[in-house]
Amino acid sequence: MKPSLFVAHSTAIAARGLDQETMVMSATNSTLFTLNEVASVIWQSLDSTTPLGEIVARKICTKYDVALDVALEHAEALVRGLAQHGILLLSEEPISVSIGSSKVTQ
Amino acid sequence: MNTLAIEMAGKALQRNIPLSVQLDLTYRCNERCIHCYLDHHDHGEMTTAEIKDLLDQMADAGVFYLTLSGGEILMRKDFFDILEHARLRTFCIKLKTNGVLVRKQEADRIKTLGVESVQISIYSHRHEVHDAITKMPGSLRQSIEAVRLLREHGLHVIMANVLMRQNVNDYRGVRDLAAELGAQFIVDPTITPMMDGDRSILNLNVDEAALREVFRNEALVGSVEEFCAPPQGPGEEALDMLPCSAGHTACYVSPYGDIYPCVQFPLPSGNVRRTKFADIWRDSPQLKEVRSITLRDMPACSKCTHGGTCTRCPGLAYLEGNMLGPSVQDCEKSYARTGIPSENLKARKATAPTFPILQLVQIQSMARAAPHPAADLGGPGSEVRMPC
Repeated sequence: MKPSLFVAHSTAIAARGLDQETMVMSATNSTLFTLNEVASVIWQSLDSTTPLGEIVARKICTKYDVALDVALEHAEALVRGLAQHGILLLSEEPISVSIGSSKVTQ
Repeated sequence: MNTLAIEMAGKALQRNIPLSVQLDLTYRCNERCIHCYLDHHDHGEMTTAEIKDLLDQMADAGVFYLTLSGGEILMRKDFFDILEHARLRTFCIKLKTNGVLVRKQEADRIKTLGVESVQISIYSHRHEVHDAITKMPGSLRQSIEAVRLLREHGLHVIMANVLMRQNVNDYRGVRDLAAELGAQFIVDPTITPMMDGDRSILNLNVDEAALREVFRNEALVGSVEEFCAPPQGPGEEALDMLPCSAGHTACYVSPYGDIYPCVQFPLPSGNVRRTKFADIWRDSPQLKEVRSITLRDMPACSKCTHGGTCTRCPGLAYLEGNMLGPSVQDCEKSYARTGIPSENLKARKATAPTFPILQLVQIQSMARAAPHPAADLGGPGSEVRMPC
């Protein structure tokens, strides 16, 4: 069985919701990312203690017509991609983050 | 700005979101720069709690880019408390400081709190020139030390070089210094009036010849051919253009809670001590008026050949008395760039009073002198007229 994946926002990022999208900037290299509506839902749900699979099942599969395994595959690709840029922190255990992990404000 | 940032700015404009705010935390400063536009006395700065509440309001309103400036931001003892709160609200934070109070401890905190960039004003690579402008002996040494420390912490540092008569020849030296320290270099050749409208510091502005030289320096402007290209005149599309982001996707908040469209555009538009930030942004009649203005509404600029390419600052125009009018400083920049005078400069020249031809001094060869020279002062001869 695949281990659960826990995801937290990095402390060195800026983020803001803009309509249905989200702007995210890495403070380490000033790279700007924009997340679409679906990715924004995932982003706002990342709380470092809820497994990604649970977030996808609850927030994505109930809202969009998509199978869990397909949605999870895309969600994992998203968070792993952002983690490579230092935007997200990934762990197989719940993560403790001291500052900067607050949710995006719409 | 990259294309993604431009795209997001466009979306913010459509949705009336204040994407970018400069918040001056204090006007107090440890330097006394000769060109500064601020009154450094504290007239009742916002408290820590007021600023934190404002940051919450701004985050809720959609502000993403937050510039914390002053005065000198580190003059506030609660500065890191404020910065930490801004970080919690996930702003993209830029700091503007003179760096004099930045030591290892401050650099550590700034790095930890994920600041995007730190801008430090450096007026010259020569101590005697920089320190004479800041009126603070040793200030260049301390500012350079701050740049060095912040760079050692891996921070993005910008060295901002404001040009004036005192340092007009030093920008190459500052640029070399920035390269040596691994900092970005930017240059600004505009001295602006004081926020209370006092224009006396404008005499520090560099002259047209110096401006022309700066605008023809490839290292500063990129393609000189493109930058200094003759204007084509504003097309129909340009007439509907917005002047700049001030009041549209950006605004400025003073240490006293006053909101203006921009730090260079001191049109009072509300105060966050009396009204919520979002309500001012949405409902202020002054901001609505600023938003309603396009190039088409500007009687002089819409007919000017520079209309489509001019860097006209509506704030400078406002400080000259008419936010729909031209800004002479920007007309002069357009002229220095292209050698073609703006409609405003032509009109000013046409209406300027004729130089009085006064015979202040007359010299006449004594070989033709009349018996009483004084009687001949008004007559024809080999005279030389001297201007006042």
